[in-house]
Order: sequence, then C-alpha cells, then structure tokens
Amino acid sequence: MKRTTRSFTSVAVGEKLPALKIDVTAGLIVGGALASRDFTPVHHEKAAAQAAGLPDIFMNILTSNGLMARFVTDWTGPEATIRRIDVKLGAPNLPGMVMTITGEVAARDEAAGTVDISVSGDNNVWGNHMAGMVRVALPREA
Amino acid sequence: MTPEETTAFEAKIRAYVGREMGPPKRGFDDVNAAMIRHWTEVTGDANPVYTDAQFAAASGKKGLIAPPTMLAIWAMEGYPMALPQTGKVDVQRELHNLLEAHGYTGVLGTNTITEFYRDLRPGDQVTAHTVIDNISERKKTARGHGYFIETVTKFTDQKGEPIGRQVFRTLRFAPSAELAAAKGEAAKGADAPLEVPTRIPSPRGHDNAWWWEAIDQGRLLIQRCKGCGTLRHPPRPMCGSCQSLEWDSVESSLEGEVFSYTELSYPKFPGYPDPLLCGLIQLREGTRLVANIVGCEPQRVHVGMKVKGKVERVDDKTMLPNFYPA
Repeated sequence: MKRTTRSFTSVAVGEKLPALKIDVTAGLIVGGALASRDFTPVHHEKAAAQAAGLPDIFMNILTSNGLMARFVTDWTGPEATIRRIDVKLGAPNLPGMVMTITGEVAARDEAAGTVDISVSGDNNVWGNHMAGMVRVALPREA
Repeated sequence: MTPEETTAFEAKIRAYVGREMGPPKRGFDDVNAAMIRHWTEVTGDANPVYTDAQFAAASGKKGLIAPPTMLAIWAMEGYPMALPQTGKVDVQRELHNLLEAHGYTGVLGTNTITEFYRDLRPGDQVTAHTVIDNISERKKTARGHGYFIETVTKFTDQKGEPIGRQVFRTLRFAPSAELAAAKGEAAKGADAPLEVPTRIPSPRGHDNAWWWEAIDQGRLLIQRCKGCGTLRHPPRPMCGSCQSLEWDSVESSLEGEVFSYTELSYPKFPGYPDPLLCGLIQLREGTRLVANIVGCEPQRVHVGMKVKGKVERVDDKTMLPNFYPA
C-alpha cells in the first residue's frame, strides 16, 4: 500500500478507484468471523449455514465492512480518516466465489473536507454482494 | 398462525422496541495490537497507521490507531455466541428466541450504518449501549417472510465520551418452502463445487453452427458466395447479391476498426466482464460483426479506432472473438 495520502483538493467527483479482487475462501470467511469475534454458527459451520438455506458458510457483515474500508483507504493513503460507512448486503459471499470491489468518488463536501466514495462488491456467481457509501476526511493539502 | 395469533405474536415482539438489550457491555479487551493485527491480516489491510508504530508516530495520526471497522468488535460477546443458551439471556436474545420459537429460524445481517467520532488507540476502552430501535412490519423477502430488527448501539470510551454509533439491521425470517427444497438440494450436493456462471451459449442452428465451430477452433471465418464472391455476415443460406445457395468461407485477418459501439453499465451480469463494451467492428475484408472491445479504458474507445481481434477463451465454456486497440 502507498504511504502517501491523497489531499482533498486533488480528488474530483467521478474519479474511479482501482478495482480490488478478493478470493472468497473458507479461510477468509472463518478468519474474518473469528477476527471480528463473531461466532454466529452460520459463519463457521456448514450445517448451520445449510439450516439457514444456504449451501455453505458465508461471510459476515463485519468482514464485508472491513474489506470495503480497506478498499477505500488503499486508495486514499494512510492519513485519511473514515467517518461513516453505510453498507447494504445483497447476495452472500460463499467459498469459491471471487468478489470484485469497485468504487468512485460520488460527492465532495468542501466545508467538511470529506469525500463520499460509492462502493460496490460483486461476486462472480450471484452478483452484488455489497453496496455502500464510505465517507472519508482527507488532509486539505498533500 | 391464525390472524389473532399473529396479532398477539406481533404485539409481543413489538413490546421489545425501545428496550435496552441489557446493561452496557464493556469490551473484554481494551483496544490492543494483537486483535488489530488479526483483523488487518484477514482483511489484507496494509495501512501502516494500524501496525507500524514508527510510521504511525511520524504521521498525522501521531501514533497507532485501530481500524475504524473494529468499533463493534471490541465489545463483542465472543465464543459463547456459538453455544446453546443456558441460564439468563439478555433482552435481544430473548426477542430472537421468541422469533425462533414461532418459525422465524433464519437470520441474516442485512445492513449497517456506522459513524466514527474519533480514532481509537491501543489502551482505549469501548463500551456498547444497545437499544432495540425498530421492528418492521412482516415482509416478504427473497429468503421467506420475516421481520427486520433494527438495533442502535452507542459506543463510549473510558471517560464516557461518545466514540461512535452503529445501526444494525437483521432479517429474521421463516425459510420459504422453495428455499427448504433448495436446502435439500444443497445438502445433497453439499460438497459439489460452485458452478461459476458463464456467458449465454451461442444459439447454433443449421445455417450458423459451422461459424461457431470455427470460433471454437480459434478461427474467425467469413462466408463467401461461390457464385459472385460476395462476403457476408452473419451466416445465412443465400447470397443477397446473386441469390446463389452455394458458398464457402475465408478466414478473417481480424484487422478492422470500430464502426459503432456501446457500453453496458447496468445491471452487471454474473459471468460477464464489467465494464462491458460491445462494438460493431468493420473488418478489413468488408463485413461487420458484433464483438466485445477489451483491453482498453471505455473512454478511449471511439468510432474509427483501429482494432485487432483475437479469438480466445473467455470462460470455461466459451470461445469468442475479442477486439483490442491495434
């Protein structure tokens, strides 16, 4: 990841962020659930996921949030400050899927020095997994 | 349930709206480097302000901070969530047990809205104050009928100062009959690999199968009239110039230019690339064909752009001609 931070003045509405591909594995799903201390059985136990009507364990919302935030700060650089994340989940992420995260600058708030990045994560099997908006404050000057 | 039973049940669950989930929950662990590293490892987050003390100290953050997406993690209940409930349960669990007992056994997190008021640093203590804020009407969803339960959690630090807020919506649903059938299927083929979607197969009939079979072999052919030599595409039985039914074919050089194009932006189709650029390609030989334009930013594409084609594999089942900027 780059170690410099984008300045608020350098960012324009419509600017696209580089896409990020995530291989969704059982390891990522279970690892994400454990690292977020979310021991809900559907995120680590296949039988529990099947009882909920899905063929396999699926990614928890905290991991989706974490990946969405990482996608944005990979682009802004380290000194940005995330102020708000609004995420809606669609199709679940299951082992074997590949999720591609894309995003673009949707709005700039001159007074607050924040930008809103609209983000979408789409998996290659069921389509849209997550859609949301990340608000991030950037330094005024580089 | 009879309508009366439903009314009684809904009154019971609605009585939970506005109630606190339980006493404020103080995180078992203060904000700490180990849990931060576990989280950044999994999310693949290499941001040095989370893990590189030297970098963080010299940065505008003036020291290590925790990833903001860990806010709710600090006060999670942990492993007991996976165990059967014994003894006294909190108010939220009580509500979920009630829904479960009435057939709403499925549960899915559907969305969160999280606000962060300040960066958290190692040593900070997080306490969560959760209120059951809203329960929706009974809704029909793709997973079955159910209720959306919305909780609002306010997070405070060791001084009692607010540090963030999260709205968390969960769908509690009764898995639909269709889903139950699918569940049976899923259980049967539980270990079958996921079928990754491919492009819609090309329709192959009497008059055009030969053309697609050549594509499968990596060759782009153009049909030629044996009577007058006129080329034509797409394949069809009769020459438009001399009405001859006799034909053979020539192999295209795959050189040409963009005659027209369009970009499909929405919706995205599983199995198809995004962005999806569809071009009408004017081949050097004189005929035109519809094919994808790839290897090029959409804004660079223009009418008259020189392109060079390649017949290639685009997924497990499909060969197609793709055109790249020449």
